[in-house]
This record gives sequence, C-alpha cells and structure tokens, in this order.
Amino acid sequence: MKKVIEGSHAVSEAVRLVKAEVISAYPITPQTHIVELLSEYCATGVMKARFLRVESEHSALAALIGASTAGARTFTATSSQGLAYMHELIHWTAGARLPIVMAVVNRALAPGWNIWTEQTDTLSQRDTGWLQFYCEDGQEALDTTVMAYKLAEQVNLPVMVVLDAFFLSHTYEPVDIPDPDQVDSFLPPFEPKFQLDPLNPCAFNQLSPPNVYMEMRYSMHESSLYALRAYQDIEKEFQDIFGRAYGVVEAVMCDDAEIIMVTSGTVTSTCRLLIEELRASGERVGLLKIKVFRPFPAEQVIDALRNAKKICVIDRNISFGSMGIFAQEIRASFCNESLKPQIFGFIAGLGGRDITVDTLKEIYFTAKENEHPERPDIWVNLNTEVLS
Amino acid sequence: MSYEFLEREGMYSGHVACPGCGAAIAMRFLLKALGEKTVLVIPACCWSIIAGPYPQSALRVPVLHTAFETGGAVSSGIRAALDVKGDTETVVVTWAGDGGTFDIGFQALSGAVERNEDIFYVCYDNEAYMNTGVQRSSSTPYGAWTTTTPATDWKKMRKKNIVEILAAHRIPYVATASIAFPEDFMRKVKKARAIKGSRFLHVYASCPTGWRIPSEMAVKIARMAVQTNIFPLYEVENGTKYTINYRSKGYLVKEYFRLQGRFKHLTEKDLEQIQEMIDEDWKLLLQKAGITSISEM
Repeated sequence: MKKVIEGSHAVSEAVRLVKAEVISAYPITPQTHIVELLSEYCATGVMKARFLRVESEHSALAALIGASTAGARTFTATSSQGLAYMHELIHWTAGARLPIVMAVVNRALAPGWNIWTEQTDTLSQRDTGWLQFYCEDGQEALDTTVMAYKLAEQVNLPVMVVLDAFFLSHTYEPVDIPDPDQVDSFLPPFEPKFQLDPLNPCAFNQLSPPNVYMEMRYSMHESSLYALRAYQDIEKEFQDIFGRAYGVVEAVMCDDAEIIMVTSGTVTSTCRLLIEELRASGERVGLLKIKVFRPFPAEQVIDALRNAKKICVIDRNISFGSMGIFAQEIRASFCNESLKPQIFGFIAGLGGRDITVDTLKEIYFTAKENEHPERPDIWVNLNTEVLS
Repeated sequence: MSYEFLEREGMYSGHVACPGCGAAIAMRFLLKALGEKTVLVIPACCWSIIAGPYPQSALRVPVLHTAFETGGAVSSGIRAALDVKGDTETVVVTWAGDGGTFDIGFQALSGAVERNEDIFYVCYDNEAYMNTGVQRSSSTPYGAWTTTTPATDWKKMRKKNIVEILAAHRIPYVATASIAFPEDFMRKVKKARAIKGSRFLHVYASCPTGWRIPSEMAVKIARMAVQTNIFPLYEVENGTKYTINYRSKGYLVKEYFRLQGRFKHLTEKDLEQIQEMIDEDWKLLLQKAGITSISEM
C-alpha cells in the first residue's frame, strides 16, 4: 500500500514489519522521528516489542547487545555525536557477531554545533566491522532496513542503514509499505545458534588470548566479504516478492560515458537530473551510485568505471589530512588495475550545505576542463570571505 | 544455613583469582543463593579474568562479558528480551566491581534503576581498580595507598556512599553484604531474587593483593570492617525503610587499619580522624534507621 510518509517513518515502518522485539534509543536530532513513531507503536500494542528509554546512546547500544545475545531481534537509531559516543560498542557489537540493525541519520559532528547532513559520522565507523548501506529515498530506506535484518542474521554482523539528515529523514514521499504477511515470508524469525540460556550455559565475549583472537577477526572479515554476495542473493529474493531491487551499486548510462559522477545518498537524486540535462546537450556523462559501502564493492565499482576517462567522486565527508573517503576507497580499488581513469575527488556539501544541480555541473566541468586533478581533494564552493 | 546452600555450587572447582580473593568467595555465595535460572552480566573487572579464558569457564550459569561501563544497560536489554520471550523466571544479575559501579558504570546503573528495571545489580567492592594494578577509584577509602595515590599523597577523599545513592533512587531493595557473613549474604541474595524491580547489593570483597594483607586474612579483615562499623550490614527498602542487620562490638577502626599494608603510612592522628569519620557515618545511619540509642537495636 502506497502512503506519503516521512523518510524517518519509512524506517519505523520497516522495523514494525520485521517485528523487532527490543528497541532502545536516546534522543538526538535528526534521528528522533524514527524512534518516536516506534515508541508509539510499542505503547499502543501495534508492536509487541519492549521499548527501552535509556539514558544515553552508549546504553542504547549496550542494552541491544544484551537483548540480542538473549536472542531478540533488535533496533536502535542515532546520529552524529550519539554515534561517536557509541563508538566503543560499535566495535563490540561486530566483534560479538550480533545482528543488530541501526539506522543512522547522517549529521555533521561538532564543534561548531551543526545538525545538518554530512557523512563523516558514519564513515568514521568504517573499520568497526559493521556493514553500511547508504539510502537515496524513503522507499530504499524501508526496503534496505527489511533486507538488513535478513543479511545481518545470515552473516552474524550488524548493519547500519544510513540516511541523509533532513533531505531524506524529514522529506515526505510516496512509499510502498509492504504487506506484513509478505515480510513474514521473506524474513523468518530470529533464531541464533547461541544465546543466553540457563539450560545451556555459555560464556560470551570472554578473555580471548592471542592464540584465538586473530582467527576470530579473520572470521569476521571473511563474513564481511561474504556479505556482499549474500546481500545480492537476498535482494533477488526481495525482488521476487516485492518487485524492487537496488544493487550494491547502480550504474546509470556508464557504458559509453567519458566522465562518471560517483555519489551516495540523496545527492544521487540531484545527480540524476544533471545527467539527463547534460546528456540532452550531448555530454557523455554517467552516474554511479554506491549503496553498499561496507563491504566495499570494489569489483562492481571497477567494472562500472573502468572505461571512463575521468571520474568525479562527490564526497560529503572528509578524512582530514587525506581526502574524501569514497575517493580513497575508489582510488584503492583501482590501484592494481592497468587501465585507470583519472580520479577527481570533490568535497562538497559539508555541514548540510546544499548540493544543487549547479554544484554538480560545476564539478562535472571542472573535471572535463582539466586533464588531471590539481589535488586529491577539490573543495567545492568555498566561501573566501568566511575563510579570510 | 539451609542444606540447599551447602550443597549447591554455581562455580566449578577451578578459577584464576589470586589466593584469598574475596571476589571469588563472594561469587560462590552469590551463585549458591541464586540457583540455576540465572544469567550473569560481567562488565570489565577482576572477574573478566577470574572466570577463565576461552574455551574455559569457571561458572555454571550463562555469562555475558561486556564493556566496562555497561553493567546497568546490558542487563536491562537481557531482561527486556527475556520478558518478550515470556521467560519471567530467569533472574538477570549484573556482577561488577567498584570501578564499574561507582565510577565508569555509574551512569548506566543510575539510568537502569531510575527506570526500575527488573534486574539485580551486585557490586563486589575491593576498593580500587585491582585488575589493572591497584589504582584508586571513588570507592577507595580515605587514607588508602594505591598505585595512583602513593603513600606520600594518599587518598584524602571519602569513599563514595553508593548505597545511599542507590537508596535515593527509591528502588525496592538496596543492601550491603560481606563475605565474612555468609548467612546474611545469602539471605539477602535470596530476598533480592524474589523482589521485582531494581535490586542492588553492595558486597565487601577483600583483596589481599591490593590491600597488602596475607591471603589467609581475607575473611578476617572483611569481618573486622563490619565489626568496626566501617562497612555496616544493612538493608534499605523502597528508599525509606532501614534495617541494620549487625550490632557492632565497638572495635576501633585502627585495629582494622593496622593490619593492612595499604594504610601503613597513616599516623595515630590520621587514624583518630578516621575514627571520627566512621563514628559520624554510623550515627547518620542509625538516625536513618530511626535508632537514637544503641540499646534500641
């Protein structure tokens, strides 16, 4: 059934449909709408879940670590400072191999205080072992959340479903809300192999000396790599039932493109407009949307980009002292390839600054008019008055 | 003591605690009284090690080892999961040291008991960060040497009164217990197990390694802490109803202090001052219990 709902509520609806059993959360803008609706669903009996109103994000994730180890399907959501505060337990969740799903609404980190969108919060959790999926619109947020549970429970790793602040979280769009029975047929109940059970006492997360620790980490890594294939199989199954699929990446008019724009999140929608406009005026431009960031789909990225002359990576994030993080990943993917496009990395839209069709057009022509990038991170539309 | 307590063991025969460890004795008493339908949460503390490395475990109950500051939150989550699954019989117990309770885990603990989560939180208190090599915590008593409060700059702050803080949350049950008083200890565990809502037990668990005492003195020192009123045995129900469980014989605190290497730098004058502090605390406790003279006890 199609309804016009907020991006945040698309996630809430997915959490209702997967029948999450324990939800815990702490307020932070712009994530709050997701859990507000869920607390209402729990209070009114629409969901049979327990909703824990904890005293911090750290405890929100800690509570889920307990609940998930006890065999419950779990959910939380956060943003920015809250995610940073969770950091210790972000590592813990993955190391404990718990299939917790968390929605993160991207928000710039302080100081100065800024509630608007930027990806540095989630991308700085890159090396924790969480799988990360970036969503473009409300429908994708809902569908990805449902699929995230199936994947997490199959590979025993946690998943972040990532949404841009406001541009996605607070935007109303028509979203097809699946039928609960269909979701039940897609996603079986959560039945972990091991859980806290007095009849079968096990010790979880105990002291792990050097003779076993490294193998545990290797196993995490292997599962993480396997998750890419598993996700594609899950998406096929999802498509058979619901008729929608996204791909780990989506290549738009890349086959004959000389210059390809690489995006993630809501910038993708803006870029779709640019591509149409430029193609109409004869430019050979393509678009590659990266949905799955961890595990990084290097093979799919290379396949889509290898025939282009130039790549424009739009990073709404920055790894200080290096460059944009998507640009890093793409450059690393190409490092052993004999045929390499020129990779232009653009830093744009930090702290919620608008990225418009014109911004993207400027990026495109910067790449078109220069043979090589003048530096690995080209900052777009810096205001010299503010800098001086 | 009931036969059931004598027979039942929740620990296997092996563990990796130091000789004379009060925390190992305390765990044994705890599990004897709790029985099988128990899930333990152990945030970082001595017991993260004592329970044994993979693939061994010293415990016969399921254990979730977790991060230092998460004792209150993780147990809340387990409780929620068990409730959703319809298991109301299993008791969820957090077993944390003083660092994980008084200091780094204090926020999560306060949050959990403010919500009156149906959990049983037990703090085994050895009065410093023993697992990392005897650093001071907010539970370290006035006058103590630790590796971060050397004898030349010993701790000049009073021990945080965690029991009163927990009682101020008006939870159903808060109590103290000592490894030197097993009957009282296990009675309280059994009582707490039967109560719904947040329960907190503060257990005095001596540490021969950190307190600089011979291992065979572990129980004697713990007994003296009670006998000197340094660690009174009492219960607080619903934040208001105080019951004092042990009538002090009026030993002087200096007898307790003089046996421990961690206090050996203290002068007679320091000890007199400490005696005054302990007397003051004891009087306050009597007032809260509505006792105006010792003969009323």
